[in-house]
Amino acid sequence: MTVLIVVLLIAGLLFFVGGTVGILRFPDFYTRQHAAGKMDSLGLMLVTLALALGSLHSYSLEEIFTAIKIMLIMLFIFLASPTATHAIVDAGLRAGLRPWTKEQREE
Amino acid sequence: MLNLESHSRHHTGAGRGRQGTSAHRAGAFWSLFVGLMVLWVLLSGKLDAFHLGVGVFCCLLVAALCTDLFADHFDLRKVIRTLYGHLSYLPWLMWQIVVANLHVFKLALHPKMYDKLDPHLVRFHTRLQGPYAQTSFAQSITLTPGTITVRVLPDGVFIVHAVDGKSGDLSALRDMEARVARTFGES
Repeated sequence: MTVLIVVLLIAGLLFFVGGTVGILRFPDFYTRQHAAGKMDSLGLMLVTLALALGSLHSYSLEEIFTAIKIMLIMLFIFLASPTATHAIVDAGLRAGLRPWTKEQREE
Repeated sequence: MLNLESHSRHHTGAGRGRQGTSAHRAGAFWSLFVGLMVLWVLLSGKLDAFHLGVGVFCCLLVAALCTDLFADHFDLRKVIRTLYGHLSYLPWLMWQIVVANLHVFKLALHPKMYDKLDPHLVRFHTRLQGPYAQTSFAQSITLTPGTITVRVLPDGVFIVHAVDGKSGDLSALRDMEARVARTFGES
């Protein structure tokens, strides 16, 4: 069990690192949202899953409730993160920010 | 708290336009009550008479106040069918999310990233009808391979931002659309 939790935590942290590197390296607002929106939500889901498993020691009712509560947080992230990404990208396009394209790079 | 609840109760897209009968109202009311009560017990974690009593009171009150929001297009069988559909859809989606993340991960760390990137906007016309099916599809697009739903137009046109040439692949989107349609009983 502990091994599984550690693996999940490390995988989650790796995705966070990847997301951060992506935010720093990608050329424009929209491509950065790909890194921020996707990587952070998966990273967070893995970490919360690890926390939910980690809170189970003796499988008493209370601990199971705690684990389910953490899973509810995960569900919320799962719903809220893409919605936020969608909203901010749409706002950017409405405000007239043009997406970076390959041609721009060759200029 | 209420948001989560209403979302899971909400997956009943296709029955729009039908007027809520009293049977519909009762179904909506009791389903809402049961859902709220489950959430109450989960979050309070206490099973003594006092906490359960307060919970029953609050849930009855909230269910009574909120029934009008769902009563018009509520169909418990459809809700259950949709939730059941998610049992096979969610694991597939999770796997797709992992694949998508590895893809973006590779892009982010690629030394010649700028050669790989080719962002472009794709217009995609969906045949999904229900608002919840469309919402779910838009969310799925955002979470999976290199694509973000930018805008959903009222007539079912999705504008999608794809991060590289591979990602805007329409056949992959069609495949996902078919799965969402099956999940929401629209195929």
